[in-house]
Amino acid sequence: MLLSNLEIVPGRKVKEHLGLVQGSTVRAKHVGRDIAASFKNVFGGELKGYTELLNDSREEAMSRMSAQAEAIGANAVLNVRFSTSSLTQGAAELFVYGSAVVLED
Amino acid sequence: MELLLSIQLIGPVVFVLLLLATGFFSGRYLERKHYARIIEDETAPGQVMVFAERLPPPRLPAPQTQLVMGSVVISVDYYKRFIAGLRQLIGGRLNSYESLIDRARREALLRMRAEAKKLGAQQVFNIKFETAAISGRGRENSVGSLEVLAYGTALIDGR
Repeated sequence: MLLSNLEIVPGRKVKEHLGLVQGSTVRAKHVGRDIAASFKNVFGGELKGYTELLNDSREEAMSRMSAQAEAIGANAVLNVRFSTSSLTQGAAELFVYGSAVVLED
Repeated sequence: MELLLSIQLIGPVVFVLLLLATGFFSGRYLERKHYARIIEDETAPGQVMVFAERLPPPRLPAPQTQLVMGSVVISVDYYKRFIAGLRQLIGGRLNSYESLIDRARREALLRMRAEAKKLGAQQVFNIKFETAAISGRGRENSVGSLEVLAYGTALIDGR
């Protein structure tokens, strides 16, 4: 599955547009990490645990989107966009969407 | 009795002052160290070029494309938050948060470039930034920590 946030793929033609596909995941923070984070809120600096957590969750959202695109017979997702929102305290939603297309090879 | 009372009164004040001093010194130290590393990485030779343009200029042979991204979660320190709280009384520029968000953006961009470089790309097109405040414990609107995500499409020259 080719993911790209361009509207085209250089050197390849889009044969068919299959519409919007999306994937999302909601993750809660870990209590242990949260305590570490509240210490960090005094000292400042990077929260490595959260960076990792959000990266993993984003991968998850992307794989869900890819699975959805594959299910409708696409071989690429173009114009991919990410969006993050904090739902309630301590939980974040990671959302990714794009348009599924079939590329000529 | 009087001694106990004065400890009860002074105790919290001393504690807050201690937190402020810790935040001030460690925050300043970490910020300096971070900026030094950012500048070093940004000026290193052989960097991947980044563009905000939507489409790359056409060229032959057509390059491979691949989505790349970099993200960072950064936390504000106690001193900065205190100053920001005071600032909100009179308004104006929030210097302390400006530098925080600037650091986060540059770091996220650098990580994205590192990922693109690992793939053997020379250019990344259509860069987008995404910023989200991750609410800390306690007050809902206080920016405890913020996440910046930078993403774009890397062009990898043919194999």
